[in-house]
Amino acid sequence: MGKKLYVARSPRIAARKLGEEMLVMSGQGSTLFTLNPTATILWQAADGATPLHEIVERRICSEFEVQPEEAMRDAEVLAEDLAEHGILLISEEPITRPDAPVEGQPPEERQE
Amino acid sequence: MPEIATQLERSSVVIAIGGAAVRVNSSDVDFLQMLEDRYSGFLSAEARPDFDFDVDLAPPAFANPDAEVSVSHRSGRWFMERGDFRAEWDPAARRGWIRQSANPYSIDAVLRIVHTLMLARQGGFLLHSASAIRHGKAFLFAGVSGAGKTTISRLAPADAILLTDEISYVRKRDISGHSEGYVAFGTPFTGELAKLGENTSAPVAALYLLAKGKDKDNENRIDPMTAAEAGRELLANMLFFAEDQELVHGAFQAACDFVQGVPIYRLTFTPDARVWEMIG
Repeated sequence: MGKKLYVARSPRIAARKLGEEMLVMSGQGSTLFTLNPTATILWQAADGATPLHEIVERRICSEFEVQPEEAMRDAEVLAEDLAEHGILLISEEPITRPDAPVEGQPPEERQE
Repeated sequence: MPEIATQLERSSVVIAIGGAAVRVNSSDVDFLQMLEDRYSGFLSAEARPDFDFDVDLAPPAFANPDAEVSVSHRSGRWFMERGDFRAEWDPAARRGWIRQSANPYSIDAVLRIVHTLMLARQGGFLLHSASAIRHGKAFLFAGVSGAGKTTISRLAPADAILLTDEISYVRKRDISGHSEGYVAFGTPFTGELAKLGENTSAPVAALYLLAKGKDKDNENRIDPMTAAEAGRELLANMLFFAEDQELVHGAFQAACDFVQGVPIYRLTFTPDARVWEMIG
């Protein structure tokens, strides 16, 4: 088994679940993404403290009835894809950031 | 003395849109007269406007209307630029300036940007949509250029009050400090009809995302949409100029709030006034 990977939601994005779909908007470039069900679970569970393999075992395998090894391979590819789009952060160490976005909560207003 | 008083009175024009008043100051009487004509119906006698903009008129050679608009934010100030104007706005100081030639299009663009930025902080937005009031409620018809905004405006029955055929102005409705639904205001931002909207407002009852029907079917149809579909299309039709992260997030949340608070449908229609029998 390789190194542990940790994933965290990027503070640069805003997200909201509308109906059954998770919409994610990047603050840079104003790009809108729609996450599929697997990506939605991964994004919601990406707290920076839970290792990716635990997210896969507890959340993804139970939801989709898939073998852990296969699910882990797919999850790593998915996490890297989401990271390339600036949606997730990936690290081999726990990611501690108090400013991670909360789903559906607007960012604090700038004082002008 | 009467002449001096007259000149002083004409050194500014207050343009009030969506309940926000912007005073435009200029030493050029002809330019101010042009604005009075252009924004007739949206002029205000407000002595304490929300913002002041000083206009510095440049020779027409300054214009390049084909250039992209650029909006950026630094040190609490907004910087706006297009080929035909440069402008700066300090919201905290409630002041700004515009350098442009004596034409109505440049300042119209600045006003759209300023109102967009202002609304983004309040959960509201400008939307590429026609809107009209019927039976005391506002209905919005959104779509890109060619989707049918002008057509549905032209087909509106006599009892409908047209708010705009091009750019709708949407604000959250606050009642006793609590947000309750949305209000659509009339705007002077025109499309092909080149007709100013009525300077009035009403609670938003529904948003219709326009789709053109096939003439051979001669059918008008209203279909439900999933919330995510509605959110994606609403965002695609919202006016937004700045790449500022917090404002982008604010606009995103505003769109999601709107989707969760206002009925949104797909309206497929043919150019036939009967479509209005389904509205209101």
